[in-house]
Amino acid sequence: MAIEVSELTKNFGPATAVDAVSFDIATGSATALLGPNGAGKTTTLAMLLGLMTPTFGHIRVLGADMLRDRYAVLNRMNYASPYIDLPQRLTVRENLLVYGRLYGVRRLKARIYQLAEELELEALINRPYRELSAGQRTRVALAKALINEPELLLLDEPTASLDPDTGDRIRGWLEAYRARTGATMVLASHNMPEVERLCDRVLMMRGGRIVDDGTPDGLRARYGRRNLEEVFLDIARHA
Amino acid sequence: MRDRHASPRTVTRQGLGESLNRSYAVLLRHVYLLRGSWPRVLELAYWPVMQMILWGFITQFFTGHSEWVAQAAGLLLAAVLLWDVLFRAQLGVTLPFYEELYSRNLGHLFVSPLRPWELIASLLGISTLRTLIGVVPAALLAIPLYQYSIFTMGLPLIVFFVQLLVTGWALGLMISGLVLRFGLGAQSLAWVAIFALAPISGIYYPIEVLPGWLQPLALALPSAHVFEGMRAVLLDEGFHTGHFAAAMALNVVYLVLGAALFMRVFALARERGLLLHSGE
Repeated sequence: MAIEVSELTKNFGPATAVDAVSFDIATGSATALLGPNGAGKTTTLAMLLGLMTPTFGHIRVLGADMLRDRYAVLNRMNYASPYIDLPQRLTVRENLLVYGRLYGVRRLKARIYQLAEELELEALINRPYRELSAGQRTRVALAKALINEPELLLLDEPTASLDPDTGDRIRGWLEAYRARTGATMVLASHNMPEVERLCDRVLMMRGGRIVDDGTPDGLRARYGRRNLEEVFLDIARHA
Repeated sequence: MRDRHASPRTVTRQGLGESLNRSYAVLLRHVYLLRGSWPRVLELAYWPVMQMILWGFITQFFTGHSEWVAQAAGLLLAAVLLWDVLFRAQLGVTLPFYEELYSRNLGHLFVSPLRPWELIASLLGISTLRTLIGVVPAALLAIPLYQYSIFTMGLPLIVFFVQLLVTGWALGLMISGLVLRFGLGAQSLAWVAIFALAPISGIYYPIEVLPGWLQPLALALPSAHVFEGMRAVLLDEGFHTGHFAAAMALNVVYLVLGAALFMRVFALARERGLLLHSGE
């Protein structure tokens, strides 16, 4: 298993953001955390990454206990999110050089060249990050997330606020990366077509709990709906 | 594609070498920032130079009107330059840390293998660099402008510089910790907190000038011992090992306290999810 979570709970004062959640994620799979705003998706991802400590529960990622030994595996995983950013005044190349060093990437310049080619960043490589459009920034954030060729890639709304063309390209790159490397992918998203295209499993969250778990096809069949969006609305509106 | 390019696999060994490499990565991020912005570099040197020019004229005036200043013409200029070492060292820790908050970059930094103490090490490194960029031009300009070279102090100057640098680091870590805890609403601490220490650091006057009840408080600051030591050297009383030992011991205490506060707040930030939501 790439991820094993048991009884994971996060309280903020009297509020419970994640409520005794347990799940496993198989190595090489692509899993979506789906749910309305405030369902606990981002908080769950943050705890998987070690950015946030749980109130209760256990997390094992790539075989390591994330509460005690997260530094043993952090260079084998990576993350992209629209909620955090990269240094604005650094160029794309400088950002990738800094993060490549942080992850201890070998032959870093060659890796940056490879990513620039794959993600069509060659023309942007010497431009400051702050001068880039939202779509270009997302590509750079993805390059940063792939710099160490992670075995586990966690993505929070990877195509939020992107136009359909850019969103489609990002999804294509993610599919190609997973096919090439066999990486495990976990993404939190509100974009149902994206989840149907990229993920072979969906964990439906609401109010900090996992309320359903299945393949996109299995969930559609179980709820008698045509697509995942209708399943999402069923779950979100019928507590 | 794979055949044409290098393997991106990461170094998995742990150890001091890898820690230094990660600290260097964060240091490099701030060097890139300075390298890409000449106004930032000029600003680093601007205030120390202005302070030096102002105090140079004050020194020229007092040399003819004050017997005490006349004993050592560089007394006030050395004091203002060394005070700037302390101030720049503290800003050198806090402002790069603020940069991480402004750019909402802490989340990315701490999903990487970067340890908090490695971030601290890199902040201390960039602080040293920023302090040198800020203070050395002012010290060099004082030579042609006022015929005063602080470098004539010799080895004691290095001792005073290092001691004040460490005091600045300790304060910078404490302020950075408080800003991580309370958010950027508290960022003005970087510019105001140090001035609470100025009156009792004895920068321009001996500690004995202070009221008796305030003197023990002053002597609990490493900076007060450094400025007392500086005056002893400039007034030809020699290098005062007592003040040196006191400053060093106090600096160890303050630096440990600063680092411990920062680490404690970092743990609190992980508890409260502040690393993901830090920013403007």
